[in-house]
Amino acid sequence: MGTIVPLQITVNGQPLQTPVEARVLLVHYLRDTLGLTGTHVGCDTSNCGACTCLVDGESVKSCTVLAVQCDGTEVTTIEGMAGADGELHPLQQGFWDEHGLQCGYCTPGMIMAAADLIERHGSGPISEEDVRQGLEGNLCRCTGYHNIVKAVQAAAEAMGKVPA
Amino acid sequence: MSTIEQAPAKHVGRSLRRKEDPRLITGRAQYVDDITLHGMLHMAVVRSPEAHARIVSIDTAAASAMDGVTAVFTGEDLSDLLAPLPMAWAPPGVEMKVPERWPLARGTVNHVGDAVAMVVGEDKYVVADAAQAVVVEYEPLAVVVDLEEALKDEVLVHESLGTNKTHEWSMGGGDVAAAIAAADVVVEQRIVNHRIAGAPIEPRGVIAEYRSGSLTVWSSTQVPHLLRLFFAVQMGIAEDHVRCIAPEVGGGFGGKLQVCAEETLCAWASKQLGRPVKWIETRSENMAVSHHGRDQVDYVTIAAKSDGTITAFHANIIQDCGAYLGLLTPMIPELGAFVMTGCYKIPNVKTDITGVLTNKYITDAIRGAGRPEMTHMLEVMIDQLAARLEMDPIELRRKNFIPADEFPYETPYGITYDSGDYAATLDRALEMLDMDALRAEQASLREQGTLRGVGFSTYTEICGLAPSRAVGPKGFGLGIGLYESALIRVHPTGTVTVFTGTSPHGQGHETGFAQIVADRLGTDPSCVEVIHGDTATGPMGLGTYGSRSLSVGGVAAAHAAEKLAEKCREIVAFNLEANVADIEVGDGRFSLVGDPDKGMTLAEIAGCAYIDATAMPEGMELGLEQSLIYDPSNFVFPFGAHVCVIDIDAVTGKAEVVRWIAVDDCGPAINPMLIDGQIHGGIVHAIGQALFERISYDENGQLETGSFVSYALPSAAELPSFETDRTETPSPVNSLGVKGVGEAGTIAASAAVTNAVIDALRPLGIDFINMPLTSMRVWEAIQEKGGAPA
Repeated sequence: MGTIVPLQITVNGQPLQTPVEARVLLVHYLRDTLGLTGTHVGCDTSNCGACTCLVDGESVKSCTVLAVQCDGTEVTTIEGMAGADGELHPLQQGFWDEHGLQCGYCTPGMIMAAADLIERHGSGPISEEDVRQGLEGNLCRCTGYHNIVKAVQAAAEAMGKVPA
Repeated sequence: MSTIEQAPAKHVGRSLRRKEDPRLITGRAQYVDDITLHGMLHMAVVRSPEAHARIVSIDTAAASAMDGVTAVFTGEDLSDLLAPLPMAWAPPGVEMKVPERWPLARGTVNHVGDAVAMVVGEDKYVVADAAQAVVVEYEPLAVVVDLEEALKDEVLVHESLGTNKTHEWSMGGGDVAAAIAAADVVVEQRIVNHRIAGAPIEPRGVIAEYRSGSLTVWSSTQVPHLLRLFFAVQMGIAEDHVRCIAPEVGGGFGGKLQVCAEETLCAWASKQLGRPVKWIETRSENMAVSHHGRDQVDYVTIAAKSDGTITAFHANIIQDCGAYLGLLTPMIPELGAFVMTGCYKIPNVKTDITGVLTNKYITDAIRGAGRPEMTHMLEVMIDQLAARLEMDPIELRRKNFIPADEFPYETPYGITYDSGDYAATLDRALEMLDMDALRAEQASLREQGTLRGVGFSTYTEICGLAPSRAVGPKGFGLGIGLYESALIRVHPTGTVTVFTGTSPHGQGHETGFAQIVADRLGTDPSCVEVIHGDTATGPMGLGTYGSRSLSVGGVAAAHAAEKLAEKCREIVAFNLEANVADIEVGDGRFSLVGDPDKGMTLAEIAGCAYIDATAMPEGMELGLEQSLIYDPSNFVFPFGAHVCVIDIDAVTGKAEVVRWIAVDDCGPAINPMLIDGQIHGGIVHAIGQALFERISYDENGQLETGSFVSYALPSAAELPSFETDRTETPSPVNSLGVKGVGEAGTIAASAAVTNAVIDALRPLGIDFINMPLTSMRVWEAIQEKGGAPA
């Protein structure tokens, strides 16, 4: 067992103080310590993006960041996307409506990356090309991306972005 | 109950949103790695860095002494296993050389990643550290990597076999040699269909718990029932004491139909240690030791008359099996051979297959399994022949298509194609394409330094794996017949559970099967839950692969529902004092023909069956449940036409798919949205192979593509959206008329890409190029012809 260090972190709105082994990855902290298993590990090398979550609003591949590096931050995972009343986030709704998922393993990461993509894009129109380039860091083997792109565009529209 | 009464009459054919999705989009699904059991240990595997070596010694002392390590085991410890890992194909009359493949190596390692030892401990970080501390001394042996080198038998992968050749298998119809001799035109080509990965985004994972004489295994598998059967054989545990569960499975693509070493290792260790044991594959392991696919060298000959009538097709296929034979390894090219003549009337055809061992990991079924290779060689050769004849490749195809009025059509191999209308899918694709506009664009783009090409692939394939007599031990030689089960249970309140022996991993069975059953029982799909992937809940099943789930498992569910509906009609007739013949199902309930106000909902019928026996006809068995095994009479043969438009940068050689048109026919749609999804994903798996992906080993057998850093899985940024359409030609084989669709896109697509690239490059004098069509390979081809046109 390595060095244990204190960690202050807010996850899905809940402030936490949990000591953590210094070498523990953020994704393992979320999954194994907090039981938030919606964030997945797909490649270990930050290529596939299945582990994507938001750290202070920016998408981060949680398999390549240490939990302790996130001390003092606010983390959002897929479990934190729906409203308290269970109302789906527009991206979750978009993925469901447009058949943007098959096996579902990449989906939480796709949704988190897309949330950041839409947020960063500002108020301008969001094109197919914007979505394709913006999701380059998230791999899916099932869908061929066609419906993922449609899902993100539908969500962006629902969130007030004009389609290009 | 109101949803049942208000249900529309017909759910089949609608693009119903998936029932699976709410848990998947909210992070609530449970994949293997999401399961934690009390007292669970973790396992890591020590793997060989050598491609071929004798194990001199294994020193486990340092690893065993580490804090948190429970045990370290080597191959010697597992000497009580009753059988090696299975190879399930023994075709009558074919001599097979099958090297024994044990979960941990015994004496030698034969590929990089071969398992040598396992470390079990309290924490996944601890076992990863401890695996590094196991010291293995190897005495390297000579390595053979290239499959054609291996055929020379100068270096043997398994000394004890005396050869690297595993088997030879031939199939013929007509007289190929005579037809080639008599032909006006003969075109020959060496086509390489290189090695690729399945690469599901969820790597494999296993948890095994041996407790009080019973074994429960959770595995990311496509074949839970086969796994249970195998555990009974290999570990000597009675089959009724083994339960295998495929929880949420994050993609398979064939890679998870293997019966795996790690499944045995977890089960064996749990039995030894009395605690549950978990193993989760790393991506590096997935690239090295989840089986690969393809890897053939095909020597192909096509012969024709000068008017374009194809007279003969011959393929001499050399298959790289890798260092061992997996569950289905030697069967893969044969599966493609069954549809060797594709969509065409070719009277003389022959397929010769040779399997060969090399010091690489095993190949086995990856999406399409033999049929992508077969379609690739045939469809590429059609274009090669067209070029030789100076004929339009579209017209050449059309001239040789089996006409729609000749189905069912028996091929020279004695295979009966069920139904087809090949010209219809091609016509529709051409309508969507606008060839004249495309050729005009091609000309103007060329002036700007972009080489545009268009490529076609018209395919038919064989799927819906069954029927048992044809594929089983005395037929094609599989170790078990292929059929499928369904058990439908209507509960006392009228909701329905369907247990299927298929085992989906993203396809959407929970939705599609619910639509089929809901229609037949007069209920709504929201009231039908489909349970799969658990050997303790449903009847024996064969799993999901070979585009078989709907046309075998879905039809089983339909038949079971129809039998239940018959019982429902009898109950309703009894209660309405009417004739059974006058009771129909529809509009959300069972009602009297001509007087729909008189009727009963499924909930009311279930109330009779379970709660008030006086409402049941005298002598009728109580309850509302039906179990059924369906074994179809034939395979099914989906087909279609795909068109790829590709732009190549003449300076860099970079190829970019700019348009894709796919017109597929898998019979009447159950859920069109799910079909489109399968087609999209299937196409991309093949575009990946054609343009980007390649599993590469160096001359020492070292894997050069051991992660997603070096293995180029395509992302959204490299791909276009797809233009899809369908025709619907019902199959006479099953009552739903359906055919499979899970592999169709992959089977169709690599030839279309290759033909498009060749079309783009032909003006430069390049008339053939093998996959993968990477920038480097295309650039080199252009350089050989004197570089980019000015």
